[in-house]
Amino acid sequence: MDDASISGRARLSTAKPVTIAILAMGGQGGGVLSDWIVALAEMKGWVAQSTSVPGVAQRTGATIYYIETIPGDVNREPTLSLMPTPGDVDVVIAAELMEAGRSVLRGVVTPGQTTLITSTHRSYAVAEKEKPGNGIADPTLVISATDFAAKRTIAFDMEAIAAKNGSVISSALFGAFAASGVLPFSREDFEAVIRAGGKGIEPSLKTFAAAYDHALEKPKIDPKPKADKHLPPPPERTGHPVLDALVSKLKSSLPLSLQPMAYAGVRKLTDFQDPAYAGEYLDRLADLFSRDRQSGGEAHGFAFTAEAAKYLAIAMAYDDVIRVADLKVRGSRFDRVKKEVGVKGDQILYATEFMHPRMEEVCGTLPKGLGRWIEENKGLYDFLDRRVNKGRRVKTGTIFWFLGLYMVSGMRRFRRGTLRHAREMAFTAEWLDKALALLPKNYALAVEVLKCRRLVKGYSGTHVRGISKFDRVLSALPLLEAREDGADWLRRLRQAALLDEDGIALDGALKTVASL
Amino acid sequence: MAERSFAREVEDLKLGEGEIFRGEGILAITKALLQSGVSYVGGYQGSPISHLMDVLADAKDVMEDLGVHFETSASEAAAAAMLSASVMYPVRGAVTWKSTAGTNVASDALSNLSSGGVTGGALIIIGEDYGEGSSIMQERSHAYAMKSQMWLLDPRPNLPSIVKAVEDGFELSEASNTPVMLQVRIRACHVHGQFVAKDNRRPAFTLKEAMENPVRDVNRIVLPPASFGHEKDKLERRWPAAVNFVKERKLNEFFGPETGEIGIITVGGLYNGVLRGLQQLGLADVYGESLVPIYVMNVAYPMIDDEVIAFCQGKKAVLMVEEGAPDYIEQGLNTLLRRRDIQTRISGKDVLPMGGEYTAPVMLKGLTSFLEAHASPLLGNRPPVPDPSPVLSDERVKALATVVPPRPAGFCTGCPERPIFAAMKLVEKELGPHHVSADIGCHLFSILPPFNIGGTTMGYGLGPASASAFNVEAGKRAISVMGDGGFWHNGLATSVGNAVFNKQDGVMLIVDNFYSAATGGQDILSSRAENPRRKTNNSIVAAVKGIGATWVRQIDRTYDVAKMRDTLREALTTKEKGPKIIVASSECMLNKQRRIKPQFAAAVKAGKRMVKERFGVDEDVCTGDHACIRLSGCPSLSVKETNDPLRDDPVAAIDNSCVGCGNCGEVSEAAVLCPSFYRADVIMNPTGWDRFLASVRSKVIGWLQRRRESRRVLFAEGA
Repeated sequence: MDDASISGRARLSTAKPVTIAILAMGGQGGGVLSDWIVALAEMKGWVAQSTSVPGVAQRTGATIYYIETIPGDVNREPTLSLMPTPGDVDVVIAAELMEAGRSVLRGVVTPGQTTLITSTHRSYAVAEKEKPGNGIADPTLVISATDFAAKRTIAFDMEAIAAKNGSVISSALFGAFAASGVLPFSREDFEAVIRAGGKGIEPSLKTFAAAYDHALEKPKIDPKPKADKHLPPPPERTGHPVLDALVSKLKSSLPLSLQPMAYAGVRKLTDFQDPAYAGEYLDRLADLFSRDRQSGGEAHGFAFTAEAAKYLAIAMAYDDVIRVADLKVRGSRFDRVKKEVGVKGDQILYATEFMHPRMEEVCGTLPKGLGRWIEENKGLYDFLDRRVNKGRRVKTGTIFWFLGLYMVSGMRRFRRGTLRHAREMAFTAEWLDKALALLPKNYALAVEVLKCRRLVKGYSGTHVRGISKFDRVLSALPLLEAREDGADWLRRLRQAALLDEDGIALDGALKTVASL
Repeated sequence: MAERSFAREVEDLKLGEGEIFRGEGILAITKALLQSGVSYVGGYQGSPISHLMDVLADAKDVMEDLGVHFETSASEAAAAAMLSASVMYPVRGAVTWKSTAGTNVASDALSNLSSGGVTGGALIIIGEDYGEGSSIMQERSHAYAMKSQMWLLDPRPNLPSIVKAVEDGFELSEASNTPVMLQVRIRACHVHGQFVAKDNRRPAFTLKEAMENPVRDVNRIVLPPASFGHEKDKLERRWPAAVNFVKERKLNEFFGPETGEIGIITVGGLYNGVLRGLQQLGLADVYGESLVPIYVMNVAYPMIDDEVIAFCQGKKAVLMVEEGAPDYIEQGLNTLLRRRDIQTRISGKDVLPMGGEYTAPVMLKGLTSFLEAHASPLLGNRPPVPDPSPVLSDERVKALATVVPPRPAGFCTGCPERPIFAAMKLVEKELGPHHVSADIGCHLFSILPPFNIGGTTMGYGLGPASASAFNVEAGKRAISVMGDGGFWHNGLATSVGNAVFNKQDGVMLIVDNFYSAATGGQDILSSRAENPRRKTNNSIVAAVKGIGATWVRQIDRTYDVAKMRDTLREALTTKEKGPKIIVASSECMLNKQRRIKPQFAAAVKAGKRMVKERFGVDEDVCTGDHACIRLSGCPSLSVKETNDPLRDDPVAAIDNSCVGCGNCGEVSEAAVLCPSFYRADVIMNPTGWDRFLASVRSKVIGWLQRRRESRRVLFAEGA
C-alpha cells in the first residue's frame, strides 16, 4: 500500500449505520413497523433511511423492508444503502417463523452480528396447506438453523400477544425490538412514537408493553414440534356400568402399552354408535392381537395390534350422513361454534351448513336390500338423484332444519342394517385379511398395510379418490411381500400418495417399485 | 378510491421555502413537480409509481389552488400523448408510469413527441421495476432514450438528488426542446428520506391561455419532409444543446480524489451501492469520502463525452457500473475511447454480471475483481468483508432450505376472483384441461398454486388477443382471461374488437372487480363507486355489445361457484360461434372491506341491527384431505393440527381474518366436497322479534339436545 492510500484510509470515518431488515408477509404491518423505527430515529436526532420492495407482494407474498440509521452529524450527510448486505445486518425482525427461516437463507443473519427477533407463530403457505396429507413444515429445523446463525435470538409467539391485547403483530415486534436494546433509546421514546401514530394507540401500547416484558423475562420460547396427541390410559371408573364393563374388557384383552390407543378407539366408537359397537371393536382387536402374538409380534412390540387399534377404530367410525347429522346437532357443537365465532352479550348466532347430499348417500343410509335395489334400477336412481342431488343451505338453528338433521341422526340405531355399513364392513374385512395374510410372512409389511387406511378419507369424490389411491398403493403388494425392505417401499408409496391430489407422485413411485 | 389514502401526506406538499420535507421518494417527486411550476400531470398507475398517482389524486385541492390539471390517463399511451400540450406551448407537463411495461405501451406517442420536439418542459417519470420484487419482464428503459433521442436522468437515490433531477429535467427539456425521462428505481421510489423544500410555483403560462391562443407549426408534425428535418434537428441542434446544458449545470458529479490510477463511472441510481461496496473494502466511508475517483452519471443518456474523456484520461482502468443488459453505456464508452485513441482499460460487464440486480454482494464481488486486476495495492491489508457463506454452507441451514416454503403473492382473503378459478378447475375436471391465455392483473395469481391455471401472458389487455391464433376447428376451445383494468386499458379494441371482427371462437373471461385492483384499487371506467371527479359506472357488458359481441353473460356475484361453473361449461360447449364473453363481477374484497368496515362498525355502535358473517369448519367432520384448500387458497382458510390420536393429518380451519365471502361454502357445495363448512351469522343489536324467535328456538332445540344426551351412554368429555 502506498503512503497516499494509508493516509487516505486514516482520514475515512469508521462510523457505520445500524442496519435493520424486516421480513413480513403482505398485510402484516411491516410498513408500519418500518415507519415507527424511522420516526423513532429521527425523533432522537438520527438520520434514518428506509426502503422496501413491495411490488405485487403487497398482497400476501413475502416482503422485505430495510432500514439504515446513524447518529446525525451537522456537518455531513451519510450515504445509506438501499439494500441489506448479507453478512452485515444488525437486526432482523421476522413477523413469522418461516420468514425467520427465509432471512437465514438470504444470509442476512450471521453469528457475529445479528440479533434475530421473530414471532414463532405459523401462517402456513399454500404449498403446506394444499397437500392431501400433512404438509406442515417442521419448525425444529428453523429453530436449529436460527439458533446457529444468529448472535442472539428473541423468539416467542408475538401474534398471540397481539391478539390477546387487541392489536396487530407490528406492535409486538416493536416491543421486542425495544427490549433488545440494539438502538440506544429508552422505552419511553419507543412509546412516544406509537402515541404519535394516531390509530389504535391504546391497544398498540398494551401489546408493545406485553411483548417488551416478555422479551426481557422469557426472550426465547421454541414452538412445539407437533401437537400433543391426547392419549390417556383407560380410567379406573367411568361412572356407568356399561362403560365400566367395556373398560375392563379392554384391560383384560390387551397389554398395558396398547391400552391407551384402544381406549381412544373405544371412546370414538361409543360416540359414533354405542358401547356394543365399541365392544365389537374390542373383540376384533383381541382377535388381531392373538394373531399378532402367534406371528412373533412380541419382538416387534406388537406394532401390528397398535396400528390396528388406531386404524380399525377409524375404519369402523366411517363418515356417513348419520354421523354428520349427529355431529351437527349436538349441544356441545352449538357451544363450540359460539366460542369460535366469539359471540358476545346479547348477540344471536345462527349457523348455516353447506351440504350437498346425493342419491348415493341416500341409498347408503337405506336398509341394505332396498338401497341396493334402487342403485340397480338405473332409471329410478337417476330420477331420484335429480331431486336429491343439489346444494342445500341448512340452517341448523331453526326448528325445521334442526328437526330434519335430528331425525337423520336418530337413524343411528338402524345403522348396522344400512347399505353403507355393509360396504364399509366388507371393505374393512378385505383390508384386514390382506394384512393378516402377510403377517406371518412379512411382519413389517403387514403393519404398513394397516397404516394405508390413512389414505381413505373424505366424502363423495374425495372419498372415491382416496379409495383409488389406497387400491393403487396396495396393488404393489405382490411385488413387495417377498422383499425384506418391502415395508419401506410401501411406506414410500403411501407418502407419495399424500403428496398431491391426482396421485402423480404415486404413479412415479409405483413405476419405481415395478422396476425393482 | 385508491387503496391507500395520502390525505395526511398531502399536507406536506404545501411546505414552503426552507421547511424540511420528510417522506417517501414518490412524495418528494410530487412536491418537486409543484415546485417546478408544472401545468399538467397525467399517468397510469402501476408499481412502483402507483402511489405517485394516488398522491396526485388525493392532492386535488393543492393542485387546483396552483392551477395544475391532473388526470388519470386511460393508459400509458394516453399519458404520453398528453405531453403533446408542451409541443407548441410553453407549459410544463409531467407523466408517469411503470417501466418498461408502460414505456412499451407509450412508445408510439413518445417517438412522435421526441421527433417533433417540445417547447415547454416535458418530463416522463418512469418507475423502473427491475430486480428483486419486480413483477414484469427484465429489460432496460435506456433503449427508448437512445432510439428516440430523449434524455434519460438517473439521479442518485436520495431525496435531494431526486428532487433536483425533477427541476433540472424540466429545464433540460426546455433548453434542448426534447422530452426527458427521469428513471427512479423501485427502492428509490419507496425510500424514506428528507430534503429542504421550496415554495410551490404557479405555471407562468397556463393551459387556458394556450387554448385561447392556439398556435400551430406544420414543421413540428411528423410528416415528410418535416420528419427528416426533425432527425437533423435532433442530431445537430438538440443533442449539443442538451450536452451543453448538462455540462454547464454540472448535472453529473465527481467524488473522491481528483486523480488516481483507476476510477469508477456509475449511473446515479447505483451510486449508493458502489459507495457501500467501497466502504466494505475500506476505500470509502459512510459520509461519501472515497479514495477512488468516482464519476456519477446522473444523466445516463446522452453521455457527456468531454467529461468522460477528462475522467478516463491518465487512468489505467475505469470500471463502468450499469445494471441490466445490453451494456449500452459501456459500449458507448468503448467506442468513445477508441475514437479518441485513449488506452484506458474499460471494465464493466467482465466483472459485473450482464443481467440481474446489482445487489450488495454482487457489487462487492465486482468491485473486488476490478480492484484486484488493476489496483491491488489499494486493497491494502484487506479488512474482512461481510460474508454469509460460512452460515449458508452449514448443514443446519442447508436443511432449512428444504422446509421454508415459497410465499408468492396471491389472492387476498375473500378475493372474488378465487371462486372464478375454482369454477374453472371444476370445469377442467369435467371437460379436461384447456389452453388458457392469461393477462396482467391480480387474476394472474391463478397461474400459481393451488389453481395452476394459465399458459401465457402477453401484456395488459392482450389476454384474448393472445388466444387469437387458436381459432380453428378443434375439440376444445381456448379460454382467455382479462381484468377490467386491462379491458379499459387496451382490451376493448385489441382483444374484444379483434375477436369479434375475426369471429374468434373462444371463451373470454373478463374479471371485473370494480377497480384497477392490482395497482392499488384506483377507479376505472366501470368502477361502481360514484367518483365526483370522474365518470364511472360505465358497463363492460354494454361496451362489448356495442362493438358487436353477441354471446355475453354477466355474472354479478362471482361467489356463486355453481353458476360460474355452469356458465363456463355453457360457453365452452355452446354451438354458437364467435367470442363467448363472460363478465364476472364482484367487488375487490380488499377495497370492499376498507369501504364497509367503518360503516359497519358505525352502524353497530349506533345500535342498528347488523348481521356479521364468517365461516367455520367443524373439525370433527373434516377428514383432512384439504381438497377445499386446493380449490381456494384463501389466506384465512388454513390447517391446524389436532390432538385427536386417531387423526394423522391436520384439519382445515378458518381464522379470524375471514370476511365471510362465502367462497368456502359455495365451493364445497359445488364440488360436493364435504359438509364440514358452516357460515356463522351473528346478529348484532337483535330486535325484540329476533330475541323472541331465538329464545323459542333454543328452548325447543335445547330440550331435544338434552333428551338425546340423557339417552346416550358416553365417556365423559376429556376422559
